[in-house]
Amino acid sequence: MVKGTRTMADDRRTGTAASPAGDGGGPRRRAVAGTLERWVAVARRRLRAGEVGSLPVVVVLAVVWITFQSLNDNFLSPRNLSNLSVDIVGTGLIAVGIVFVLLLGELDLSVGAISGLAGAVFAVLNVQNGVPEWLSLIIAVLAGTVAGAVQGYSFARTRVPAFVVTLAGLLTWNGLMLYVLGTSGTINLDENGLVAELTGYYFTHDAVAYAVAAVAVGLVLLVACLDRRRRVAARMPHRSLQVILARAGGLAVIAFTSAYLLNRFQGLPLALLIFLVVVAGLDIVLRRTHYGRQVYALGGGVEAARRASLNVTRVQTAVLAVSGTMAAIGGLFLASRITSVSQSSGQGVLLLNAIAAAVIGGTSLFGGRGSTWSAVLGMLVIQSIASGMAITDTPAAVQFMITGGVLFAAVVIDALSRRSQEAHGRA
Amino acid sequence: MSSPPLLALRGVSKRYGAVQVLTDIELEIRAGQVVALLGDNGAGKSTLVKVISGVSPADRGVIEWEGRAVQIRRPADARELGIATVYQDLALCGNLDVVGNLFLGREIRRYGFLDEMEMERRTLHLLERLTRGLPDLRAPVVSLSSGQRQTVAIARSLLGDPRLILLDEPTASLGFQQSTEVMDLVDELRDRGMGVLLISHNMGDVKALADRAVVLRLGRNNGFFDVNTASQEQIISSITGAAENTPRRPAHEEAAW
Repeated sequence: MVKGTRTMADDRRTGTAASPAGDGGGPRRRAVAGTLERWVAVARRRLRAGEVGSLPVVVVLAVVWITFQSLNDNFLSPRNLSNLSVDIVGTGLIAVGIVFVLLLGELDLSVGAISGLAGAVFAVLNVQNGVPEWLSLIIAVLAGTVAGAVQGYSFARTRVPAFVVTLAGLLTWNGLMLYVLGTSGTINLDENGLVAELTGYYFTHDAVAYAVAAVAVGLVLLVACLDRRRRVAARMPHRSLQVILARAGGLAVIAFTSAYLLNRFQGLPLALLIFLVVVAGLDIVLRRTHYGRQVYALGGGVEAARRASLNVTRVQTAVLAVSGTMAAIGGLFLASRITSVSQSSGQGVLLLNAIAAAVIGGTSLFGGRGSTWSAVLGMLVIQSIASGMAITDTPAAVQFMITGGVLFAAVVIDALSRRSQEAHGRA
Repeated sequence: MSSPPLLALRGVSKRYGAVQVLTDIELEIRAGQVVALLGDNGAGKSTLVKVISGVSPADRGVIEWEGRAVQIRRPADARELGIATVYQDLALCGNLDVVGNLFLGREIRRYGFLDEMEMERRTLHLLERLTRGLPDLRAPVVSLSSGQRQTVAIARSLLGDPRLILLDEPTASLGFQQSTEVMDLVDELRDRGMGVLLISHNMGDVKALADRAVVLRLGRNNGFFDVNTASQEQIISSITGAAENTPRRPAHEEAAW
């Protein structure tokens, strides 16, 4: 279903002992065992040090799936899983933006309102004023970017906590949305239009899903091997081939199983493909670019970042602009799912679900730790609970309580892992 | 007359609002020399460091770098001259790993992406020279011991090949063993011909390491000592104010060094 349960772990090398894997010249089998042992040792030490990563959420997800599957056979059916994979996209995209803000150690409360605003802007431009779809789409997304950037700049300059700035933003953008909608309470979108297709289109040919899976696995393998070759040439510590192959193999199992299941319903949903590409792309931005490093640095300490001569204002503004942009894109997907925009768009539990997804997925509330993949994992948990409840005819009240419990557990794990990390450093 | 000092301050003054924190400070640091900056709390040591590192520039006075007057208005100015600062709080990002902290703000890029391998290679190279207990380069800095963190902070300051390094209380939060390691490191820097300005409260460290000691009291120079000849009592009484030296010493006396 999802192409990357490994998140930050991707970044971890098997160890930094100066000697490369398999030294010593002993028999080959012993060298292999030695590499794996060292890998396991590093992993265990890091777990003890509080770097739990995405492990807890994977466990929770497994428990949720097994529970509902045992209650109702239809839960893990291709049809339900396929619907699940489309249902997570709208809120999931918003949660990706939340991850950026959480990495700063801040909160963005305006994403729900911005998502509603983007939907309203699109609907009014396209349906009521006949602006071409693509142009309306771009303007709607840019509206989110501008809204986010304005908030980001105010936050960066005034140093008022972002959750307060965005609380004001929530009211403002919500009011602006009502103003834009004017007297028309609900606007129905074109059932066959571009936005409707965002969540309505499926690649019905089986080959597409398999090809996407193959490309993803191939790319991961290629990058890992190229990196390894360069490190070997420079006599630097590097991952062993076994670990690289094991990772790629794990990814392949997940990717091809997902492709198979999706093909047994209607094929690969366009929405899921876009979601995964965005998440993977932004993950690379965060972990592999100068900009992303600055975001993490700010989450680790604003003062330290400033003294390292980072432009704090610019990074903070950009982060909230990203979150506004993602909120607008997510809002269009949400509008697409119901092919309409109304005065209640972007309201209710949307904001809370987006924040909860990022946190449940393992992004820290304290800033500086997390990954865009946590939006995918967290949304899977939340949506699985919702879907399972619907299938088993459980009232919504129970669903909220269970989701709340999971969120609470995630926050506790976050706090505990942070504490154990700090205690570890005091040695 | 030997070559001009690496860094010389002449009559440097600094005022925060109504408070005159530094008045007519004289200071000289030569290459291959460790100068201890001593003084009681509030004597102006940290402010002087901020003046030299460009965090809060001087209001008056002349700063000379290798004999010519220079302006240090921003941290970047100091860095370009070759002045590196290790702050007392280290200013590390706890969530980033060792490599990330070392190269923060000056990452090496390859095809637009971070070149982790090259940065890791240089980090390894640098740390191998500095310390025997190599930390896990990919562990977040928050999980390192305080001695290791100090080493990381010093290593970071050395990345740009500075000529002068300012150390603000490098051993204040360290145990005996770790202090010794950091002190060995300072010794090593001097042997490599760098100038070191060492702020410390620990007279033992000063006696063991410094060539000269400069004492500040209430924002003014209160004595220059050759650590090898001056007694500890002399220096301490200058710090506490028991021996009130002439508050304003003419520049040539410092220049006589």
